[in-house]
Amino acid sequence: MRVTMHVDGAETAAEIDRPGESLLSTLRDRLGLTGSKNACEQGECGSCTVLLDGAPVCACLVATAQCEGREVKTVVGAVPRPVRDAFVQCGAVQCGFCTPGLLVSVADLLDREPDPTDPEIREALAGNLCRCTGYEKIIDAVHTAAAALAGEPR
Amino acid sequence: MSSVAAPARFGFHRPAAVDEAVRLLAEHPEAVPVAGGTDLMVAVNYRHTRPEAMLDLTGLAELREWTDEGDSVRIGSGVPYARITAELATVLPGLAAAARTVGSPQIRNRGTLGGNLATASPAGDGHPPLLATGATVEAVSVDGTRTIPIGEFYLGPKRSALKPGELITAVTVPKATGPQQFLKVGTRNAMVIAVCSFALALDLDTRRLGTGIGSAGPVPLTAPDAERLDLPWTDPARFDDALAAEFGRRVAAAARPIDDVRGTAAYRRHALAVCAARALRRVWTAAHERTGR
Ligand SMILES: Cc1cc2nc3c(=O)[nH]c(=O)nc-3n(C[C@H](O)[C@H](O)[C@H](O)COP(=O)(O)OP(=O)(O)OC[C@H]3O[C@@H](n4cnc5c(N)ncnc54)[C@H](O)[C@@H]3O)c2cc1C
Ligand code: FES
Ligand code: FES
Repeated sequence: MRVTMHVDGAETAAEIDRPGESLLSTLRDRLGLTGSKNACEQGECGSCTVLLDGAPVCACLVATAQCEGREVKTVVGAVPRPVRDAFVQCGAVQCGFCTPGLLVSVADLLDREPDPTDPEIREALAGNLCRCTGYEKIIDAVHTAAAALAGEPR
Repeated sequence: MSSVAAPARFGFHRPAAVDEAVRLLAEHPEAVPVAGGTDLMVAVNYRHTRPEAMLDLTGLAELREWTDEGDSVRIGSGVPYARITAELATVLPGLAAAARTVGSPQIRNRGTLGGNLATASPAGDGHPPLLATGATVEAVSVDGTRTIPIGEFYLGPKRSALKPGELITAVTVPKATGPQQFLKVGTRNAMVIAVCSFALALDLDTRRLGTGIGSAGPVPLTAPDAERLDLPWTDPARFDDALAAEFGRRVAAAARPIDDVRGTAAYRRHALAVCAARALRRVWTAAHERTGR
């Protein structure tokens, strides 16, 4: 079965061979788009977070065949440069496995709430697990990214 | 992972309307409905189930709407939790509070009340507030539409009154007529399956209490004995901790918990008593601050 969707701005078609194939499998294994990471396949870790029609979701829990005609944005298409730079600058990346999912969640948060409080950040990132950083530097990075985005015309 | 032999033939049905969906389901009984996928896809990814065919409900615009019906709100089964929290907190505070505790933002953007009901896990967070408010479930098949009172919906662990060939199209929830509470016990503030949960609705018009207990029995339960507790309506200041504690005891007595990985039966009863007493204190205080009654 052929599914056509818009991935990071480009019309992309994938041939899938079972109804339950996840968007994460399709992105990674069929389309070679390995930005979204696979760590749990049960919605717990958020490393596969993508924007589906603008909303952050776990790509591992979306059936690819549900995405016909829909817009998917991975870390490649969803994240403004200053958000990525803030993660690097603040030491919010260690092994980096959680980073693509976090960047997508942070991009979505800052889009909705340009100057989030710590509790707002924690709530927005509750579905993204990081085993390395202890989260503090991630929260610093969100504030840094917010300041950077506020300083530049959006 | 997937075999590279002959391309598998399979069905993935994408109906655009409910009547088409139930017709497809009647013609293809093997097709498994999928809404947000937050229960189903976990099972698929872990090979607990391998659907030959699926029926996508996310294309059904009718299921993604809620409507104001005067005394109640009819919520399409496909409205995700994030929208219940964002759009219905004023009229359905108990359900909105429960929706806010589900999983994470990613899960709340996809997961639906219809999926929660169809899964019928005793731990599902949607159930206690639906029980406390006396909601009704609307199920549609090629044979027509049925309305199932929520109290008759849950038949056993992961078993419900939903019949093969039926889709849940909506849940109708009476609007709050007083303060409501939802309390959930877990190890963390996000991403937890409830150890136990409790929903309470205070109806100021009929001076009644509605209760719902989650994750402390084979099915979500109510606590009828606790609902019958005599409250000092004519002299609200007479409400005291002893009354709240008695309410807690009656709620705990209604539970039928087991020991499992998330907690022991004894802990669940204890936690429910604490939650129920707290919930009653909160709704009583809120009601009498707000209305001066
Ligand atoms: C990480 C994670 C955290 C979670 N946390 C919570 C939590 O805190 N609280 C909680 O209650 N749940 C939680 N869940 C479970 C899940 O998110 C909910 O049960 C959700 O409501 C399921 O809805 P869905 O639309 O995703 O269902 P789906 O997965 O699409 O479907 C679930 C089942 O219901 C059937 N179905 C779906 N819609 C209908 C319909 N309209 N008519 C008939 N059958 C239908 C499907 O065939 C399937 O069998 C969590 C899940 C994950 C992965
Ligand atoms: S891989 Fe999807 S949430 Fe972990
Ligand atoms: S940096 Fe290693 S998991 Fe987050």
